[in-house]
Amino acid sequence: MRYSGFKVFKEGLTGNKGWKPVWRDPEPKSEYDIVLIGGGGHGLSTAYYLAKNHGLTNIAVLEKGYIGSGNIGRNTTIVRANYFLPGNSEFYSHSLKLWENLEAELNYNVMHSQRGLINLFHSDGQRDAFARRGNAMINQGDDAILLDREGVRQHLPYLDFDNIRFPVYGGLLHPRGGTARHDAVAWGYARGADMRGVDLIQNCEVTGIDIEGGQVRGVRTSRGVIRAKKVAMVAAGRSGQVAAMAGMRLPIESHILQAFVTEGLKPVIHHVVSFGMGHFYISQSDKGGLVFGGDLDFYSSYAQRGNLPMKEHVMEAAMTLMPMIGKARVLRSWGGIMDMSPDGSPIIDKTHIDGLFVNCGWNYGGFKAVPASGWAYAHLIATGEPHETAKRYRLDRFRTGRGIMDEEGTGSQHNLH
Amino acid sequence: MRLICPHCGERDRREFTYQGAAEILDRPSLEVGNDDWADYLHLRENPAGETKDMWYHDPCGAWIVMHRDTVSHAVHGGELALEVRK
Repeated sequence: MRYSGFKVFKEGLTGNKGWKPVWRDPEPKSEYDIVLIGGGGHGLSTAYYLAKNHGLTNIAVLEKGYIGSGNIGRNTTIVRANYFLPGNSEFYSHSLKLWENLEAELNYNVMHSQRGLINLFHSDGQRDAFARRGNAMINQGDDAILLDREGVRQHLPYLDFDNIRFPVYGGLLHPRGGTARHDAVAWGYARGADMRGVDLIQNCEVTGIDIEGGQVRGVRTSRGVIRAKKVAMVAAGRSGQVAAMAGMRLPIESHILQAFVTEGLKPVIHHVVSFGMGHFYISQSDKGGLVFGGDLDFYSSYAQRGNLPMKEHVMEAAMTLMPMIGKARVLRSWGGIMDMSPDGSPIIDKTHIDGLFVNCGWNYGGFKAVPASGWAYAHLIATGEPHETAKRYRLDRFRTGRGIMDEEGTGSQHNLH
Repeated sequence: MRLICPHCGERDRREFTYQGAAEILDRPSLEVGNDDWADYLHLRENPAGETKDMWYHDPCGAWIVMHRDTVSHAVHGGELALEVRK
């Protein structure tokens, strides 16, 4: 079924009786060429690009819960390419280009909205750092505009510019940054993969990974044994548990990151805005809710909910930056489980076991990476060689010390990102 | 979340600074190779469920091995890191 404006119009006039389920609900076969462990954004986009770019369709995506039940539905939906370091820079730049064509590519409305992202700064030192970052973005071929205080005022007149402690000095505007509808990204890729013959198998938990003589043979699941020539782990949030089934330990600690949404309001915040002196970033959803988030709770957790100290910090930062937000009422809060790597950058690589691949460590960057991660992971699985944009995301960089990508510049060890 | 200090009892999470998994107490000997040291520094069990991790209690200055659950956020107790390392 192809979506179009005409189709929506016709269905609207005929009682919406013509819509069909968007993907099948197949029984798992006993054998596949490739099994992907994890039906989140990255797993689904990997399946899609394996089918689309490499013509491989004898693939199963195994999802413990339902499609879209993990971090793909638990983030603050921001899409940007404002990275600085070689490795991250080209990867996220590629991702943003894929985002810009995603709706036509998938024939699915992911509501990608390039409303512009503004990172605020509040000191001379921060201005220098953002000027440098902006130059790196421009060198990568992306867009960045350094705004002074008056420039920011034209975009964001509602900020507390003269805050005693944290006055606004300016901001780095990334016009192509914005947001997307997170569930729709999962659904769009799921539909695209399913249409090409990939089996999406939900409620199917992997309970073991079979390895013989250093070669992966398949997986054991809650719905039976599935043999496979290649197995690809793509379960950020639960990477450690999945890798443990292959006898591996990963350079990952799982942390909780909270997000919040207010009741629906009339349009008031037209960009994605981030505060430079406290961890706080915000945008307004098309439904009207103010969607915002902060920093990690800073202790390892799988709870999908956080504690009060970080909630307080985020609310304080919000009130400092934009006092008007005090009139909004918070409707919900939730937490997502972040795969935190020591340097804050992800991993897309082979493992020491033949036919077993790993994609993990997405830290805070997983959502905007969904298209490029799937693209690069599919390339790695299909060809055995890392994709040009992701060749620095090596699993062994912590062991060798070569190619550490510490975007924040805080150090490469656990608990610093 | 309220954590447990062996000196001060049950206290608010705000009084503590988190360090990471208590695996760091199992420091390898100086004789082992670089790979073992790299593994010690970076690789983690990262359990979903019962865990032991390191917390510093800012008011009293104790390093504590906290026994807690990463899924439920239940805190079972804390031991002084000094005692654990003996």
